[in-house]
Amino acid sequence: MEKKVNWLTGTGRGSLPPTRWKKNAFAYSLLLPSMIFLILFTYYPTLKSIYLSFFNSTMGQTEFVGLQQYKQLLEDDIFLKVMKNNLLLAIGTVPTSIFLAIYLAIWLNGKLKANAFLRAAFFYPTVIPMIAIANIWLFIYTPSYGLLDQFLEVFGVKGVNWLGDPSWVMYSMIFMLIWKEAGFFMIFYLAGLQNLPQDVYEAARIEGAKPFQIFRHITFPLLMPTTMFVLIIAVTNSFKLVDHLYIMTKGGPDNASNLLLYYIYETAFSFWDMGKASVLTVVLLVILLAISIFNYAYLDKRIHY
Amino acid sequence: MRRLWALFLVFTLALTACSSGTTNSNSTAPAGSGDKPIELEFYFPVAVGGPITKIIDGLAADFTKENPNIKVTPIFGGSYQDTMTKVATAVQGGNAPDMAVLLSTELYTLLSMNAIENLTPQFEKSYIDDFFEGFMANSKVGDDVWSVPFQRSTIVLYYNKDAFKAAGLDPEKAPSNWQELREYAQKLTVKDGQGNVTQWGLEIPSTGFQYWMFQALALQTGDNIMSGDGKQVFFDNPANVEALQFWHDLGKKDKVMPEGIIEWATVPSDFLSGKTAMMFHTTGNLTKVKNDASFDFGVAFLPANKQFGSPTGGGNLYVFKDIPEENKKASAKFIEFLTSPERVAQWSIDTGYVATRKSAYETDTLKKYVTDFPHAKVAMDQLQYANSELSTYQNGQVQKILNDNIQAALNGTTSVNEALQKAQTQADQVLKNFK
Repeated sequence: MEKKVNWLTGTGRGSLPPTRWKKNAFAYSLLLPSMIFLILFTYYPTLKSIYLSFFNSTMGQTEFVGLQQYKQLLEDDIFLKVMKNNLLLAIGTVPTSIFLAIYLAIWLNGKLKANAFLRAAFFYPTVIPMIAIANIWLFIYTPSYGLLDQFLEVFGVKGVNWLGDPSWVMYSMIFMLIWKEAGFFMIFYLAGLQNLPQDVYEAARIEGAKPFQIFRHITFPLLMPTTMFVLIIAVTNSFKLVDHLYIMTKGGPDNASNLLLYYIYETAFSFWDMGKASVLTVVLLVILLAISIFNYAYLDKRIHY
Repeated sequence: MRRLWALFLVFTLALTACSSGTTNSNSTAPAGSGDKPIELEFYFPVAVGGPITKIIDGLAADFTKENPNIKVTPIFGGSYQDTMTKVATAVQGGNAPDMAVLLSTELYTLLSMNAIENLTPQFEKSYIDDFFEGFMANSKVGDDVWSVPFQRSTIVLYYNKDAFKAAGLDPEKAPSNWQELREYAQKLTVKDGQGNVTQWGLEIPSTGFQYWMFQALALQTGDNIMSGDGKQVFFDNPANVEALQFWHDLGKKDKVMPEGIIEWATVPSDFLSGKTAMMFHTTGNLTKVKNDASFDFGVAFLPANKQFGSPTGGGNLYVFKDIPEENKKASAKFIEFLTSPERVAQWSIDTGYVATRKSAYETDTLKKYVTDFPHAKVAMDQLQYANSELSTYQNGQVQKILNDNIQAALNGTTSVNEALQKAQTQADQVLKNFK
């Protein structure tokens, strides 16, 4: 008998019952549209960026340079500053916003009666468009007559030039980001809390466990899958921030608030240096991949579902 | 089952057809059979206050009324930088627009992309000669005209006459040199009982266009900060150090200006709300200030150090290379329409931009406007001391280098000397391939 190889399943057609082949083909055809988009907008650009990162290409002229641009990156002061800023942003926002989210979620979960308004209020920052948020905070941070300085004036505190002072600008961005992210993550935790088994809590209360003990030994471990999910989003978000920078600081003053994705944008579309932008993109890819691998290969094994 | 397969096949084909279709649309367009209307894509940014989009749409409609076989489609591109990004992406995708308003400083970038059309053969010499020399400097390379001045600006000094009166200064006499600027600013800085400043003497913005402001101070002290061919910069020469030092001292030493970085966009609001008594800003905001100021204000030349000086700025009209010949002709026609003396005059009145042609100041429209509102003429009078805006090869990078270092100096993270030396070395590095 002639053996034809099925291109979808990779197995010989003869070895499969016809119904299974049909089922597989049907499944693959359902996946096809997503597959096309994934290839077109994710895999192809990724591979192309890696490919372009070996070429020096400015203004349409390309020339193969191998790893030279990677080497140059290590001597690029701005790149090092950008990486430092990004790290600071991740450390500054991720733990705080996750902690706040858990706190808010537990608080709101307890007060089931009057909390529709509160939930909406805390989730609100996630609904407003990024650009609008940036403009609102631009006003809040305006020296002297901005909202923040006017608020501080009530207590007789003199505000600083929040976005114009290199030693303050990153903290200002971190504060804004926590405000924005905490409400978003809270929704996930609320959903997680609603799904927790009530009998465990009942048992704990009968045993006379204190609220903090309940949180420490029951709620927190049971919420770990949510935490894991939120953690990935939070860390990747901190590397993906760009809209706010574009509106609020343009990475300034003197690159004090410049972040990786904004630097890529600038390199590609202000300097038209596609080679260097590709190298930076590869760096971003590696970082995001590393975060995902760490989460799935390491953290995931330590969580009980 | 079979039907489903067919459906997916169609879907896939449609998708691939879309992606290849867009790039072809331009090249397969019929090469004009005379009676078919020519359609022109025209990208433009908005960089100053006012109903610019409405005005441009109106101009395009008027043009089609005069030339029924040419239809101009204005496309709002966002800020100057957004518009440039859109245009450059379109050019690299083989889908260039016909015309665009882009910064005059993008000239060398567009040249190295091989994107724009040499306009010298399209226009009469007398037409080109009618534009102010200060504006043409950024529009030409040698004798070749690559773009036509359109929404051009320059920096002027705005001052609050009421604040001048309150400080015991003559409201009809703006500071004319740096010494006076410093003294006036001192008198205009007002503090409350606790020592907090309620009104600053002066604000010079230091985000977005800080190189431009720096250039103004440099031009008042010495020569321009780059060579005419866009291949060399002179950031660290002594005159420029003196210029940046003066700017730095206004905030850090004299304390007549907020210390550190001052946001470009908040400076006009600060001026209008009385938070600062004087400001350096673009004439592009003149109409907005005129409409919104609740006090009597004045406009003057930027104070001189060794001489008067200001860089020009703003956008030019470019025509792109990769379009049919008749579209190029039609674009040139539209440009002449836009820059006819009467329209240049009206455009200047509506927006506050400086009228780009000498003959525009001969029109009754502008003559009358200037008599009623003499501020509008200040920028034009200052043009004789104007020079071209910082424009080099790899302009984005060179500007960023200078911008970053100016901010470092103003913030006090590096000394003025060090900052300009660093800017010079870094810019030399970028420009070495073009020498």
